[in-house]
Amino acid sequence: MNAPVDPTLLQRKDALQGLGESRLRKEDARFIQGKGNYVDDIKLPGMLHMDIVRSPFAHARIKSIDKSAALAVPGVIAVLTADDLKPLKLHWMPTLAGDVAAVLADEKVHFQMQEVCVVIAEDRYAAADGVEAVQVEYEELPVVMDPYEALKPDAPVLREDLAGKTTGAHGAREHHNHIFTWDAGDAAATEAAFAKAPVVVKEHIFYPRVHPCPLETCGCVASFDPVRGELVTYITSQAPHVVRTVVSLLSGIPESKVRIVSPDIGGGFGNKVGIYPGYVCAIVASIVLGKPVKWIEDRIENISSTAFARDYHMDGEIAATADGKITGLRVHVVADHGAFDACADPTKFPAGLFHICSGSYDIPAAYAQVKGVYTNKAPGGVSYRCSFRVTEAVYLVERMVDVLAQKLGMDKAEIRAKNFIQKEQFPYTSAFGFEYDSGDYQTALDKVLAAVDYKALRAEQAARRADPHATHLMGIGLVTFTEVVGAGPSKMCDILGVGMFDSCEIRVHPTGSAIARMGTITQGQGHQTTYAQIIATELGIPSEVIQVEEGDTSTAPYGLGTYGSRSTPVAGAAIALAARKIHAKARKIAAHLLEVGENDLDWEIDRFNVKGDPARHKTMKDVCWAAYNNVPAGLEMGLEAVHYYDPPNFTFPFGVYLCVVDIARETGEVKVRRFYALDDCGTRINPMIIEGQIHGGLTEGFAVAMGQQMPFDAQGNLLGNTLMDYFLPTFVETPHWETDHTVTPSPHHPLGAKGVAESPHVGSIPTFTNAVVDAFAHLGVTEMTMPHSAYRVWQQLVKSGVAL
Amino acid sequence: MAKKLITVHVNGRKQEKAVEPRTLLIHFLREELHLTGAHIGCETSHCGVCTVDVDGQSVKSCTHLAVQCDGSEVLTVEGLADKGVLHAVQEGFYKEHGLQCGFCTPGMLMRAYRFLHENPNPSEEEIRAGMAGNLCRCTGYQNIVKAVQYAAAKLQQDQKVAA
Repeated sequence: MNAPVDPTLLQRKDALQGLGESRLRKEDARFIQGKGNYVDDIKLPGMLHMDIVRSPFAHARIKSIDKSAALAVPGVIAVLTADDLKPLKLHWMPTLAGDVAAVLADEKVHFQMQEVCVVIAEDRYAAADGVEAVQVEYEELPVVMDPYEALKPDAPVLREDLAGKTTGAHGAREHHNHIFTWDAGDAAATEAAFAKAPVVVKEHIFYPRVHPCPLETCGCVASFDPVRGELVTYITSQAPHVVRTVVSLLSGIPESKVRIVSPDIGGGFGNKVGIYPGYVCAIVASIVLGKPVKWIEDRIENISSTAFARDYHMDGEIAATADGKITGLRVHVVADHGAFDACADPTKFPAGLFHICSGSYDIPAAYAQVKGVYTNKAPGGVSYRCSFRVTEAVYLVERMVDVLAQKLGMDKAEIRAKNFIQKEQFPYTSAFGFEYDSGDYQTALDKVLAAVDYKALRAEQAARRADPHATHLMGIGLVTFTEVVGAGPSKMCDILGVGMFDSCEIRVHPTGSAIARMGTITQGQGHQTTYAQIIATELGIPSEVIQVEEGDTSTAPYGLGTYGSRSTPVAGAAIALAARKIHAKARKIAAHLLEVGENDLDWEIDRFNVKGDPARHKTMKDVCWAAYNNVPAGLEMGLEAVHYYDPPNFTFPFGVYLCVVDIARETGEVKVRRFYALDDCGTRINPMIIEGQIHGGLTEGFAVAMGQQMPFDAQGNLLGNTLMDYFLPTFVETPHWETDHTVTPSPHHPLGAKGVAESPHVGSIPTFTNAVVDAFAHLGVTEMTMPHSAYRVWQQLVKSGVAL
Repeated sequence: MAKKLITVHVNGRKQEKAVEPRTLLIHFLREELHLTGAHIGCETSHCGVCTVDVDGQSVKSCTHLAVQCDGSEVLTVEGLADKGVLHAVQEGFYKEHGLQCGFCTPGMLMRAYRFLHENPNPSEEEIRAGMAGNLCRCTGYQNIVKAVQYAAAKLQQDQKVAA
């Protein structure tokens, strides 16, 4: 029998609202009362407004720009072109991927909606009037929209500025529109595995270009004080400290005089990682004019010109035994990077962490090669709610495993189980060299199959297939994914040479409350709530009195920001370790106050007890007060700590998702009947917030799989760049989500936590596609390109001869 | 551009302002009155982050002119709480984790407020249809449905107590 639990202990634990509690969110009070502070809410005295003249053509030479009519518009103060930025050497800027990108089009435009010049005016209406009045004369050039076409010998030269450059940031350039070729794994061993494999399957899988499309567009308010020589910029950034470094390098203003503030951010999803021409122009305009300048994108500008995601053309191959054991995986990718290589990836990884594409499976030999190509599309290539290119990798492997199962006539759950990395194999080193920290895939799979009664679903599907009068096809999509997140160990990961650590500074006040500042920045993830919970448990201070601040580079310690599910794996660890430094000092003070040795104390929730005599104790509140007036000899006053955490490894969250769809044979409409998502993110800090993140990620995955695409015509016109055309699911289309979890802590993370918010996006997209394709599997269909809109699915129904 | 004088009651306060006829209601609220709760998300009436209440109807203020509101009663999220006491919809969003980044929240709350006047006892399906003009990228809607259900129950309870 368990010993009875002391109810006062439980009360004291509850009072902390620490790790594991579904604590309600601290940030909500301001948002539900309209008191959020987003960039466009910021208004500074004398502030001017900037708007951008953009190219209507995807590829054209600029013959002339006539500003005169714009300058005559009432309220217009200035018009800046590339020629105006040239003396400052700011008409081009370096990208995160080692390329350069035009800030304002220099002699020619490379994609539709590229920034050509900016108009600064007294208010936003006058700025828009000024944009209308600028006269730009263009000479159209041949447009290249297809990356395969771009690599043909006689393809038009897109980047004249790179003429003669045979080496790029990532090695040799083979062609004038070629950016890099990157590979991972062992080509020879993989070739050998394929040579002797009794079964080989191949599939061409295209992952279309999509856009993260947060509801708040990008923007900034730049304010340069010419007297003090200081620049303050409020900006929609997921990485404000990196922005400060880049702005300092570009402008020559010392980093100590540049203050970047990410205030409340209305969703990021990867879109707000990059540094966009609009930011640079607003900063330049503020420096030149000596006044604050605000720039806020509209929706068309956001979708057309800021960072897209994916656009990966993947050729996957699997080698296997006749009974379905995978012996080799090979992937060749052509990656459409658009006009400038502005992918946001760790410097050494031009294809991100795509080499996680061996997934949850024990594959002895693997090889991946990615070729980056220029086209006349907008630059970007960000991780839309995923760690770097992990969505593409998971999509590839989870689709390919289904293709193999279909070829062998095996069940899709059985083939996964047969190839899983087994629980005992962790830590497991993949053929690509990743060391997976922990996992228990079989338990997760079993739990999901039992929860949905998988056997009954397959029986129902068989009956449906046998019934010629059935009005609907039925598909079951299953995915057992593993992600790599928490970038990352600085020996592998850096951005512009800055290691991808993250940081935390905690100050505990005399009366027992605390403030913590972090290098990350929340965009809805609830850091102000969850970070405080970590500290509460570590230090025995109630969450309620712990303030969490992020996003202001003048107060927060340097950090690499929030994207790639890195906040909990990296910053979360920094918080725990900073708190443990404080805890260690608190123990010394408590020992001093109680006149015992440090080792004579037990820590219990919120206090230090003398071993064997808990009536003698000091609470953390007592210690906080003493830290400012009565510390042992030789110890500094105060109670604060900073920790910069350089993770020893990535973390590897995983999950098992199952989706059942019914497809109307008459219309092609796909109805999600059921979606069951089991996630394992290791230790769970706030289950309520985790569940909310999963709902949101699943919905974004649903959007990508079922409707999002950026269609272009041959002239390079983007045919869907408003919310009329670009699919954001409403309440009505969005399915009901069922969530579940297992807990397999990360052995190397101080809390055992792995990160979660991107798993549902990464995992759900192949689940939807697998479900839709599975509905056609008995008809020999192995691949259908997203998005699975009714029209496209209906075309497949017709092609397969099953449309009604 | 010639300006026109308009009188609008916003959150119970009379506002007399001269505005350009082309001024959008959202800009009037945000720039002139400094009520920055309602946001701008799409400029095409699709996302609903600019939703406010005009004369008892939900209106997307990014495609509505300020001059159209001359003589109107406008309620924004800033006017939802009553003397510091949160409205049931605000409480519901907080208790049911109906928000994440918060950007859609003011518009979502104003639509929920009006919707529960239109249909005080809605089914989940009715909530989903009645709120479909407001987009959220973060929550997947499931908790917003719960938040509206919470508010519906609370408003009905309050009414019973009042009666």
